[in-house]
Amino acid sequence: MSLLEIKDLKVRVDDREILKGINLTVNEGEVHSIMGPNGSGKSTLAQVLARRETYEVTGGEVLFRGNNLLEMKAEEAACEGLFLAFQYPVEIPGISNAYFLRSALNAIRKHLGEDEMDAMDFLPLMREKLKLLDMNENLMNRSVNESFSGGEKKRNEILQMAVLQPKLAILDETDSGLDIDALRIVAQGVNAMRSPQRAILVVTHYQRLLNYIVPDYVHVLVNGRIVRSGGPELALELEEKGYGAPGAGADSASAAPA
Amino acid sequence: MASPTQALRNYSDAFGQLLRSGGENKPGWLQSLRQRGFERFSAAGFPTTSNEDWRFTNVSAIAQTNFQLSRNGHRLPTLQQVQSCRLAGAACQLVFVDGRFVSGLSSAAPAVEGVRATSLARVLAAEPGLAEPYLGQFLNTDRDPFAALNTAFLEDGAFVHIAANIVLEAPIHVLFISTAHDAPEMSHPRILIVAEDHSQGTIVEEYVSLGGVPAFCNTATELVAGDDAVVSHYMIEREDTRAFNVSTLRIQQGRNANIASHSVLIGGALVRNNVHPVLAGEGGECLINGLFIGGGRQHLDNYMLVEHAKAHCGSRQFYNGILDGSAHGVFHGRIVVHKDAQKTDAKQTNRNLLLSDQAQIDTKPQLEIYADDVKCTHGATIGQLEENALFYLRSRGIDEVSARRLLLLAFASECLDRMKDGPARTHVEGLIQAHLASLAKSSAGFVRAPHEAETHRRMEELG
Repeated sequence: MSLLEIKDLKVRVDDREILKGINLTVNEGEVHSIMGPNGSGKSTLAQVLARRETYEVTGGEVLFRGNNLLEMKAEEAACEGLFLAFQYPVEIPGISNAYFLRSALNAIRKHLGEDEMDAMDFLPLMREKLKLLDMNENLMNRSVNESFSGGEKKRNEILQMAVLQPKLAILDETDSGLDIDALRIVAQGVNAMRSPQRAILVVTHYQRLLNYIVPDYVHVLVNGRIVRSGGPELALELEEKGYGAPGAGADSASAAPA
Repeated sequence: MASPTQALRNYSDAFGQLLRSGGENKPGWLQSLRQRGFERFSAAGFPTTSNEDWRFTNVSAIAQTNFQLSRNGHRLPTLQQVQSCRLAGAACQLVFVDGRFVSGLSSAAPAVEGVRATSLARVLAAEPGLAEPYLGQFLNTDRDPFAALNTAFLEDGAFVHIAANIVLEAPIHVLFISTAHDAPEMSHPRILIVAEDHSQGTIVEEYVSLGGVPAFCNTATELVAGDDAVVSHYMIEREDTRAFNVSTLRIQQGRNANIASHSVLIGGALVRNNVHPVLAGEGGECLINGLFIGGGRQHLDNYMLVEHAKAHCGSRQFYNGILDGSAHGVFHGRIVVHKDAQKTDAKQTNRNLLLSDQAQIDTKPQLEIYADDVKCTHGATIGQLEENALFYLRSRGIDEVSARRLLLLAFASECLDRMKDGPARTHVEGLIQAHLASLAKSSAGFVRAPHEAETHRRMEELG
């Protein structure tokens, strides 16, 4: 069953068209990767799907689990099972990481008609996921992302994903700024989440992460359009030849099927 | 409405009435204290915005209302109504209705030897010698007409005395309730807190209202802390949005005394809170911590005068403001470092969140330094709730109102975290959480890019 259907999505920011007609279908159990150079619209796509309101959708349609995603608020999309791992996780002084995560989990549980979890019930769940990501428990008592290292922030995103158990996880440049050890741990955390009921959309500039999270499909986004799609081998080709390679560039966009 | 002259006549009549109503039984020193207060007030009149100390606050609404002195005979609130205002874990609760002590609503004085907590009127009637060395000795009636007015009408209020070496763990709760009347009424409660050498205690002053027409509460507190005394003072203003509240906390600190002043302003129409510590002994430390949260058309003015009179003292001012609607907040922090106060370490920080386009904050640091070896810093920030942070919370499933509530609470927590753990802090946290929950609801939808914020911002830095 398709989890996400994007049809001819067009998005504008400050009078500039960033996405110029995106088409993409993601089914349950699949891992897709969207690759592209800087400024191609990758992060815009991720943010629009997570329902950031600062982007203006000028055309097209997006269905998430059969419902119109573009009519949902960010919190509604999250409660329906959409998760965005931020490229730049936000620091929130004064709110503890543990409290934040439990509040998020309870908001989603409430939406699903489940009982809210108290701090005592939450603790074992949190510890289990912390272990998976090799994270120190004291990070949970600190303010959300405040003075976390780059790697800790990214791991914290995956920790949230592991606790919230989304249907569709979008990872926005989760690999950026990670050393190889951290990359492995993050990838391991993501791979542990792969399941026939869940889909993952990996947005990245580099092929490196895809050595660890092997996608089923790779799409090349250039200048607001998906110009090529293929299997995992496409990522290797891009790594070798770059986005400027024949057949991958913006110039050939019209010739490439989405 | 009354003209300035009529307004003063109104107070003059009230003062005459006060003198006739049993003033002759009062000790001579008290009568002359009041007389001087009244003369000072008559000479100065209500301050106008041309007075630098009152530049951002127009008190003509107070001056132009014919407030009458509260008199006995009002219907008292029920015990149940007072119960809802209890501070759980308090050592005792002194309850004042329209400025007058009501023993039937108060709880017994703490059963700790060396601690007195009672009505000031009772002390002045039975044992005036307990108050005489302190009362009116510290409050500056020359500079502040409201302090003079309070002194002129000094009748009742709270008297707290902690003897040397006594440690009182639980807070003393002093609750002022203004009730409904037919006509605008005023009260001028006076609080005297004496903490002798090496003593320790916590006093919570709280102002609430039970409905009614505009009331004017003009309160003054003298806190005298001996050498090595450790005292926390809380001022909680949460009267209804028709109330006028002017308060002054004058702190006199002995050697190595450690004082914390926490002011929490969430109620009232026009509120002015003065905090005036004088670090009069070497090694003293003073924390002046404030949180003000306004909405609607509330006007919340925080004025501080921190006087460093002796060497090796430290003072810290931290005020956080949250303003919604057309609320107007003021932070005016004056630090005076006298000639002998070498090695002074004074710091001042004011942070503000504006939740609407109409909300306004005036923030003004004012440093006057007459010593040459000191460290004084100040800083102020004005911002909005961050769209980034809101989106981050919402992207995790937390609805907008809850996300706002969390962010507001995080901002307020900077102030709450400076309060020592204990019943007083728990009490304040409960009030703030409830208040922010409703504010988060009413301010929902307002998010703005920072560059639009300049219009209503006025900042001034003198140094």
